[in-house]
Amino acid sequence: MKKLRSSPHLPLFITLVVLAALYSTASILFHGFFSGSVAANLIGDNAMLGIAAIGMTVVILAGGIDLSVGAVMGFTTILVAVLVQQHHVPPVVAMGIGLALGVLFGLAMGFLIDRFDLPPFLVTLGGMLFARGIGFKISSESVGITNPIYDRLSEFALPLGGKAFFSAAALIYIGTFVLGIVVTHWTSFGRNAYALGGSEPSARLMGVPVGRTKLLVYAVSGFCAALAGVVSTIYMGSGNPSLYVGFELDVIAAVVIGGTLLTGGVGSQVGTLAGVLIYGTIGSALNFYGQLNSSWLRIAIGGLLLVFILLQQFLSRVKRAT
Amino acid sequence: MINPPELKFKSWFQGASLFWPIVGLGTLLLFNLVFSPSFFHLEIREGHLYGTLVDIVNQGSKVMLVSIGMTLVIATGGVDLSVGSVMAIAGAAAALLVTKVAFVWVLALSLGIATAAGVCNGILIGYLDIQPIIATLILMVAGRGVAMLLTGGQIITFEDPALVYIGNGHFLGLPFTVTIVVCVLVVTLLVTRKTAVGLFLESVGDNERAAKFCGINVPWVKVLVYACAGLCAGIAGLIATSNIKAADSSRVGEMKELDAIFAVVVGGTPLTGGRFNLIGSMIGALLIETLTTSMYDLGVSPAVASVPKAVVIVAVCLLQSEKFRNRLRGLVGGRVQA
Repeated sequence: MKKLRSSPHLPLFITLVVLAALYSTASILFHGFFSGSVAANLIGDNAMLGIAAIGMTVVILAGGIDLSVGAVMGFTTILVAVLVQQHHVPPVVAMGIGLALGVLFGLAMGFLIDRFDLPPFLVTLGGMLFARGIGFKISSESVGITNPIYDRLSEFALPLGGKAFFSAAALIYIGTFVLGIVVTHWTSFGRNAYALGGSEPSARLMGVPVGRTKLLVYAVSGFCAALAGVVSTIYMGSGNPSLYVGFELDVIAAVVIGGTLLTGGVGSQVGTLAGVLIYGTIGSALNFYGQLNSSWLRIAIGGLLLVFILLQQFLSRVKRAT
Repeated sequence: MINPPELKFKSWFQGASLFWPIVGLGTLLLFNLVFSPSFFHLEIREGHLYGTLVDIVNQGSKVMLVSIGMTLVIATGGVDLSVGSVMAIAGAAAALLVTKVAFVWVLALSLGIATAAGVCNGILIGYLDIQPIIATLILMVAGRGVAMLLTGGQIITFEDPALVYIGNGHFLGLPFTVTIVVCVLVVTLLVTRKTAVGLFLESVGDNERAAKFCGINVPWVKVLVYACAGLCAGIAGLIATSNIKAADSSRVGEMKELDAIFAVVVGGTPLTGGRFNLIGSMIGALLIETLTTSMYDLGVSPAVASVPKAVVIVAVCLLQSEKFRNRLRGLVGGRVQA
């Protein structure tokens, strides 16, 4: 127990306990909640949140923040939809263009942040306004996608036995998650990001390529946001520039609930997955309860955020005291 | 304290840092002078002044109010993301109460709730040492939920003349909102520049530890600024609600926190804290509103109008970064700015 209390994995551990507690409470309260199909849908329905959160985790680990995520997602959905629907670009090419632009966009923001030492908060705020505006410039209305490849993608279902199945969105999320784990925890880039978030001057002295890491971190986030946008087009079968307004804050909330410290340097992709699932569990529990009212979801998420932050604060104080 | 008058004047207006915001606003106004002459047209109808410029000030009053509170918060090195949600809560509370209690109580209660929300932020940040972004994010997420819960997800309309007057009335020929902004601004300027409070804020923002050793009650100062930000947001929420004669909890104050941060930064207050410039923030807020109005005039859709905003904010950041380097070079000359 003592070992656990001083372990850096304690926030993650608590997050997992909360997830298990929430899920089992919901399973006891609501008939039919504890089923493979609800669990599989939890992953599919929260794929957009989860994919964006993977990129956000990397940015926050490196001590930054990315407020442009929601806007980049909205931009990508409308870009892909218009390319496929009005310009008859093959979907795969359109998705590729969307992803490439997301990466470029992230690189541009990373460049400004790194080269001119600008505050990430403001640069990505600018990025958010920019991407949102350009999205509306492409089309101010929702564009539906009717394309055989898209039909096949949205109807795709990988049976898991019983009534449960993974949709294309869920599979993409799982794939990205595995990739995210590899990149964050098993590459030198990931370690550099941790070092950078821990202490920038120390990282610099250790010889971490600070500039390149910052650039890449925002590129990763831009890629994840664009991918989340692409998944959204598959999930909804349409693109809309006004989607995902303020979504970046949900993403940040999920990452923080997952035990990643906003000061950088501490956190993990597994924690973020748990954070996303906690978010999703509350959402579907409210859904089962018949309270589709988003106000309760917001209050619950706010309350959870508060609890987790206080907990992290308490733990770091305990650690300092010992 | 012996202060030569010109030095005193400088401390009120902080000389050079107002230069860029004024240049920006001037350029925009000049642009409008050339491309849409009707922009500067003013006329008096029924004793009230009308015209695009008046509209800008009237529409901009909400951002101006919110950025007064935000300036103080940013001066201490913090940031308040919850102001938009607090606006919604104050508006919802006012719309609910206005049919039930006397108007004085409507004002007192709705602004009291807004201030209390700010105090909560302040306690989290000041006493529990939670990062400002995350502490106020909590209220930002939950607060809008509370506002929506208050109104039951409905849009609540009202006809009460006093509440409608706040956002739509005229006083001395100008929109009443102008009076509100001027009053709040003057009071804040007096408190921050004529008493030691302003210095407290700057020292907390500049070096918290040093401020603590100087005997400043740092947590208390933080509670004060977030309470102030909550109160300002509450007033702005009343105006926003009064403008449309309805409490629309899901929309009121949406993205206002970002507009306010934008205004403050454009106005020359760095996000790192330690210095602040209230007049600059006012100019910044007017700059945003002028930018938006100019876009309307040019027939650009309001959604696309966020692109020039983005360009301005990045440009301002770059300018400040350049200035930062100049200051570093200037340090060799021994000029240290407090």
